[in-house]
Amino acid sequence: MIRTRSRLNTLSVYAVIYLIFLYAPVAVLPLFSFNDSQYITFPLLGFTFKWYAQLADSQGLQNALINSLKVGLSVALLSTVLGIFAAKAVTRYRMRRSGLLISFIMVPLVIPEIILGISLLMTFSVGGIKLSLITVGIGHLMLCTPFSMLVLISRMEGFDKSYEEAAQDLGENAWWTFWRVTFPIILPGVVASFLLTFTISFDEFILAFFLAGTDATLPLHIWSQLRFPDKLPSVLALGAIIVMVSTVVIFAAELIRRGGVDLGNKSKV
Amino acid sequence: MPSAASEQSLVSRFQLRFRRSEAMRGYTLLSPTLTIVLLGLLFPLMILVTLSFWKQEYVDLIQTFTLTNYADFFRKKIYYLILYRSIRISLLVMLVTVLLAYPLAYFIAFHVKRNKMIWIILVTIPFWTSYLLRVFSWKVILGYNGVINSGLMSLGIIAEPLEFLLYNPIAVVITLAHAWAAVAILPIYVSLEKIDRSLIEASRDLGESAFMTFIRVTLPLSLPGVIAASLLVFIPTVGDYVTPSLVGGTRGIMIGNIIQSMFGKALNWPLGAALSIISMITVTLVVCLLLGATQLFRKKVA
Repeated sequence: MIRTRSRLNTLSVYAVIYLIFLYAPVAVLPLFSFNDSQYITFPLLGFTFKWYAQLADSQGLQNALINSLKVGLSVALLSTVLGIFAAKAVTRYRMRRSGLLISFIMVPLVIPEIILGISLLMTFSVGGIKLSLITVGIGHLMLCTPFSMLVLISRMEGFDKSYEEAAQDLGENAWWTFWRVTFPIILPGVVASFLLTFTISFDEFILAFFLAGTDATLPLHIWSQLRFPDKLPSVLALGAIIVMVSTVVIFAAELIRRGGVDLGNKSKV
Repeated sequence: MPSAASEQSLVSRFQLRFRRSEAMRGYTLLSPTLTIVLLGLLFPLMILVTLSFWKQEYVDLIQTFTLTNYADFFRKKIYYLILYRSIRISLLVMLVTVLLAYPLAYFIAFHVKRNKMIWIILVTIPFWTSYLLRVFSWKVILGYNGVINSGLMSLGIIAEPLEFLLYNPIAVVITLAHAWAAVAILPIYVSLEKIDRSLIEASRDLGESAFMTFIRVTLPLSLPGVIAASLLVFIPTVGDYVTPSLVGGTRGIMIGNIIQSMFGKALNWPLGAALSIISMITVTLVVCLLLGATQLFRKKVA
């Protein structure tokens, strides 16, 4: 009894240390973003908002932010729609080789991003397609669709097929069955998929690096700023804002998705 | 008109069949996604293979079949050495990440009784915050005038900054082990969570010690999660170039940096393509070796 307790304690201590390891680099960003010094070193010198104020003046940053929002929202919408189609197909219809087809769609998750990036770059170049925010979006779409599909498959598997069958038996056609039965039930999954894919696209660097033309996305803008030591504190400030927003969005996505799953289980009982 | 009538019935019969056939409707629903993946992944990969057999002269691509790029890889030692180093660093990253992640996944699966989800969310949040910024943050932490050095100096523990922290393969390993932590924890957690608790109790009741129960029951049963975690960490890290270029220094350069430079300063797309393909093949071979080794381990334990 005593031995299991001591083992539990060792593991709990380990878990806490691990969390510190996970969060320390994230905490550095806000900590030094309020520090009144050009250099990112201890001791902290004083509290300031000036690095945040500097951000507000940067035209390049604002353009990059708008570009990232454009790409992120389009990619989130498209990949979620594709994810809904694909998830409905594999969970509702018995198909031969569906496992093989799913793994084919999942491939972008297991090949290094740099290889996806250069392959697309070469394809656009050979095809004479000019690099732009659209080409970045295409790259992000490849990366986001598998995630969207995974989220939506688990949501579709979680609810009882007989709701849809009941609607069809009562005379609804397939289209209205989807909109009036399926869609409301999978809505938490849809929202989660949208937020998740938006976040992935918003943060993505490697594909954007190869596929962006003259319009920089936010990560590309950050990358360009890292070369200038005097810009580093405001990069930290920007990082702190991004970390906070991402955290809120991901928390919301998780809560909506998990809350939704509970609802699904209850309605099954 | 009989022919039109029969044609119509053929159409309606086809429609009927189409509606009835589950598989057909499934494939139709799946087709937009499949088309996108075909156009955005398979086709570009074919272009990659094609270009790897071309040649670059200044800014022009010479479209005649040649093996020069592949020959270059074997002729010039540098590419071979850097690929070897990348594989070694990535294997080390995989090992460190999985070894660090396993106890935490074990803790969440077996010792956290309530609010497991809170733990899972806690573990995943850093993963979803900008990759570039996390890597940059490590550069700031490990740097010569960085957080650790200045912190230790202002505490009076060291007099001179430690130089061995940044710009070496170890910095790359630490940064990547941090960046890919969530990817390793989740599959291991899922496989531990799936284990039937009565199997563990049975082993204890039959007199095995807690340690031997772990080695002979828990560990083998969680192996699928460990394998998934290892591959999900190993494969993408081989191609990473952000981490090596920010924290790796010259001794931490990886194949991703070389490939990236072929599309930038060095301007040799075909060689870049060939290096990518050689890297992918090497990664696949290493993955096969790893899977073979775990099979062997599984047989031995069982």
